[in-house]
Amino acid sequence: MTFELIIPLLAATVQSGTPILYATLGAIITEKSGVLNLGVEGVMIVGALAGFIAATFTGNPVLAFFLAGLAGAAAASIHGIVCLVFQGNQVVSGLALTILGTGFANYLGTSYVGQSAPGFSPYAIPYLAEIPWLGPILFNQDPLVYLTYIIPLLIWFFLFSTRYGLGIRAVGENPAAAKAGGLSVGLYRWGAILGGGFFMGLGGAYLSLAYTHLWTNNMTAGRGWIAVALVIFAFWRPGRAVFGAYLFGGIMSLQLRLQATGTMLPSSLLLMLPYLLTIIVLVFSSWKSGKSAAPAALGVNMKPAE
Amino acid sequence: MLHLRIIKRQDPLGWRSCLVIFGALALALFLSALLLALRGTPPLEGILVLFKGAFGSRWAIEDCLIKAIPIFLCSLGVAIAFRLQIWNIGAEGQFCLGAIGATWMALSFPNQPAWLLLPAMIAMAAIAGGLWGFIPALLRQKMQTNEIIVSLMMNYIAILILDYLVYGVWKDPTSFGFPMTPAFSDAAIVGKIGATSVNWGLFHCMVLALIVWIFFSFTKTGYELKASGDNVKAARYAGLPYTKQVFLVMILSGALAGWAGFLEASATVNRLQPSIMVGYGYTAIVVAWLASLNPFYIGIASFLLAGLRVGVENLQLDLQVPAAFGGIMEGFILLTVLAGGFFISYRFSLTRKK
Repeated sequence: MTFELIIPLLAATVQSGTPILYATLGAIITEKSGVLNLGVEGVMIVGALAGFIAATFTGNPVLAFFLAGLAGAAAASIHGIVCLVFQGNQVVSGLALTILGTGFANYLGTSYVGQSAPGFSPYAIPYLAEIPWLGPILFNQDPLVYLTYIIPLLIWFFLFSTRYGLGIRAVGENPAAAKAGGLSVGLYRWGAILGGGFFMGLGGAYLSLAYTHLWTNNMTAGRGWIAVALVIFAFWRPGRAVFGAYLFGGIMSLQLRLQATGTMLPSSLLLMLPYLLTIIVLVFSSWKSGKSAAPAALGVNMKPAE
Repeated sequence: MLHLRIIKRQDPLGWRSCLVIFGALALALFLSALLLALRGTPPLEGILVLFKGAFGSRWAIEDCLIKAIPIFLCSLGVAIAFRLQIWNIGAEGQFCLGAIGATWMALSFPNQPAWLLLPAMIAMAAIAGGLWGFIPALLRQKMQTNEIIVSLMMNYIAILILDYLVYGVWKDPTSFGFPMTPAFSDAAIVGKIGATSVNWGLFHCMVLALIVWIFFSFTKTGYELKASGDNVKAARYAGLPYTKQVFLVMILSGALAGWAGFLEASATVNRLQPSIMVGYGYTAIVVAWLASLNPFYIGIASFLLAGLRVGVENLQLDLQVPAAFGGIMEGFILLTVLAGGFFISYRFSLTRKK
């Protein structure tokens, strides 16, 4: 591959990785509190449609992006209701949310296929965009990408340097001890579910407001599941999530380019790459650390008080 | 003042669990009807079309049975894994591999007699599906890898393998470019029962359900599996071979889904084509949970959810409701049943506290 092709590939990598990064960060927040939300795919796609519809009706992409986050939080709240209130099995509830969310988005979205909505376009930051190599890759992107340059830092700071973040982590490691210490397990977990859902919705909205300005059925195409895997790969840390998200962004961009150039590899095999990579990445992450990096109480509902 | 306490039930609810399930299903139906109204479809009319379309004629009931067969077998397999708390989300991919395996046999030996070819196809389908179930189990036990994500990723990979074969080496040269294999020879096709349109797969389902029930109720291995499912730590302490059990259930799970794939390819479409992948593997999960992993209830639930699919097809035709509505209903059903489990496990008590 020649030099002139690498820079656009890396720039595309950043774009491809951004929705996955938003979703992964959201999943990390939720899982840190001990709640396993496998409904990321469903929440993401709901966010994608919500953002698109909001942009269509308000004409304001910024507002639409925010509303999509709210829609994601609302979708995730279903998981909260079933698991936190009704003690539902977290694995199955997440799956159900994915089935419902995907069905819901495809159902409502059918009327919007083929339309386009106002969205975000790349904005080259003056001076920074002219830096050789890094400039076009990092500083000629749309504003939602620029947001992801600071959001992981903010989330890291929130989780590891604030009292609320500490509460979330405590509740995820040992809810009984946290409760004995005076923390409301339910409150922190609800916060983590809604906050996580907000970011998952943002990830989906990126696809329909920035990556494209369209809505298509099944828009997320499994990215939510990749995000679930990336949480494990990231050892539940925001910084490593960035690396993982861009790794997948790179694979997806590479696969698109290989398909476009009509290589000898059949397209079906190329399309397998992200899914194969997810398995490989997951195996190596889990093998090295086992389950020790996960919040100790992950996936276990706290029984209602006697 | 009054104080609401939530207490775990000591004695199981028994027959009243049925009431909870019905209540959950009714709520799911209600919520789905609301969503019909959201898009402008009159909800009552929609529900009527749904039910009439699913159960309102002999042809509809037969269609329900035809669709229930693959759902049932996949769900039987999923339930076996779930019993051991192994989250096999890969039924869709195992179904796909089963269809691929059966197709390979059918295309390689089309001139063999049916009594030889069909069992060979079943064997190949079960092996292929079993392999697809074994891989996540292997990664789970040997490398602590989450089987949910692995089995799910393998669903996507399996469909792409099918696409690759059907657009490539197995493509029918006379099919005008449509992606499909040549039609199976007559010996490779599972026939229909009498004058109905339902194939003998229905009989396969009953036999397999019986075998699974006998296996879990009367064999030592089945008993041990149930023990491990109830309490993994205690079972390991008692010396039960947990890893072998995990492998066994995932291979069985995959093999059953593979058998479903064989039936779909052989009996329903008589070839291999991408359109056999309609999400039976995911519906199977909803069915297994709805049926509390019990083979008999799985039969009922499979029929119900097959009916849902048939009804949604009618909704599409008559009221232009998008096909995704079926996913909405399945999602609501699973969520309401999950929430309903609360009322089965817990009870409320109102007491006065000074």
